Amino acid sequence: MSFDVLFSQFMSGIARGALLFLVASGLSLTFGVLRVLNFAHGSLYMLGAFLSYSIWKFLLMPVLGFYLAAVIAALIMGGVGMIIEFGLLRRLYARGWPEQLLATYAIILIITDLVKWAWGGEFLSIPRPRPFTGAVFLFGFPFPSYNFFIIILGLGLVVFLWWLVYKTRLGDIIRAAAQDREMVSALGIPIPWLFTWIFVLGAAIAGLSGAVTAPFGSVALGMDIEIIIECFAVVVIGGMGSLPGTLLGAFIVGQVYAFGILFKPELALAFIFMVMAVVLIIRPWGIFGRPER
Amino acid sequence: MLEVKEIHSYYGTSHILFGISFGVKEGEAVCLLGRNGAGKTTTFRSIIGLTPPKSGSIQFRGKEIIGKPPYRIAQMGIGYVPDTRRIFPDLTVRQNILVARREHKGAIWDLDRIYSLFPKLQSLETHMGTQLSGGEQQMLTVARTLMTNPELLLLDEPGEGLAPLVIKTMEQQLGEIKKLGLTMLICEHNVGLAINLSDRAYVMDKGMIHFQGTIDELKKHEEVRKKYLMV
Repeated sequence: MSFDVLFSQFMSGIARGALLFLVASGLSLTFGVLRVLNFAHGSLYMLGAFLSYSIWKFLLMPVLGFYLAAVIAALIMGGVGMIIEFGLLRRLYARGWPEQLLATYAIILIITDLVKWAWGGEFLSIPRPRPFTGAVFLFGFPFPSYNFFIIILGLGLVVFLWWLVYKTRLGDIIRAAAQDREMVSALGIPIPWLFTWIFVLGAAIAGLSGAVTAPFGSVALGMDIEIIIECFAVVVIGGMGSLPGTLLGAFIVGQVYAFGILFKPELALAFIFMVMAVVLIIRPWGIFGRPER
Repeated sequence: MLEVKEIHSYYGTSHILFGISFGVKEGEAVCLLGRNGAGKTTTFRSIIGLTPPKSGSIQFRGKEIIGKPPYRIAQMGIGYVPDTRRIFPDLTVRQNILVARREHKGAIWDLDRIYSLFPKLQSLETHMGTQLSGGEQQMLTVARTLMTNPELLLLDEPGEGLAPLVIKTMEQQLGEIKKLGLTMLICEHNVGLAINLSDRAYVMDKGMIHFQGTIDELKKHEEVRKKYLMV
């Protein structure tokens, strides 16, 4: 196998990993603090994609339209997140896993039908925005420059979340609450508001991630389930609730998929879950995670 | 300042507190003594709202606090120092202290003041919470709660598991906090640090209060001490 094929697969794996990180980071953050596994996270991502498509069409702005639509879609999804947390999840924290699973699964069904009703079942797409329409040459090989936009966005989110979680007082509260929310509450910190804002942040990141996938031409029903399954693999491999774990998990899943396709395309997804199974056997709490108490 | 009346508290289905009543006046230090399992920790958890009583009344500065979430009760001016310390392991010593910071009118505690009371914590400020010894963790958990600028401090077993010399230091430090005018409710299963700091004592056993009086009165009641405190 020649170097150019390997290198090109590696780079496409990096881009896929960056997209997975965008989506999985919100899932992992929400789980880390709220201890609720949000099955509907992929649906927030899908709704963000459809919303950004309609906003982009409405704006009719050649260059800025795409970026503006992505930001607006992210903000709207933050609002949707607030409604979901305030109206539903808040009532379920004290209940068990089965009820949380059922409730978030119900959100998947509701959003799917909403999307079907509002946008129909078509595949939608936004053309690649300027200046990411062409190709970039690395070692003489061409790569779509939009992939680099996704990679830069992913790295930007890594830096932002790292700053938020490790360098701010809110981050101290987030890490403290992930360990011992009862004690945080006894220190006078309003846990219900913290949970709302974390969920809003996760939903907004999901919406933004959905919006930036639109130029890949894959805005369609079913994109929610497709991404959430891979995101689960990412967070299980890396460790639920861990930022470095999510980054490493996204890298691994992206690469396994990219090279899996090269090796046996029909098994590319299966390879991801084989890696996940191996991690689960050796280290059930993930590479960077910690065992549940 | 704090008025607890006839509270009944449960852990799940097991009845722990059987109608206990007691009070703490402003500026006082009061201790709650009793063996392990007497219900002292449950009493504290009932006050701060982590284990809300099923019946009875708890008033803080004349306001009913049963039914309020813990963060609201803490914001009203009650600081809870748990017996298991519950240091946040992912945070440094400094972050553990600052995470609790709450500024309001009349706030007296800031990082400088904490460090002058607990100089040891300053030298450890970049260490992670879990790398501390038991005594250092106890200082940290008290410091963290002080940063919320409470008016009433609930201290659950502040000397638990510490070496005698460390207990003496802790006692001096708590004495200085008391001099600043903070009201304290301290619970302990042996008669030591709490008695030296307190003005009055309550003795409890099996979820009920069996004695109340001044420290001198408690010292005279040998049968109470023998029966409930094993001393």
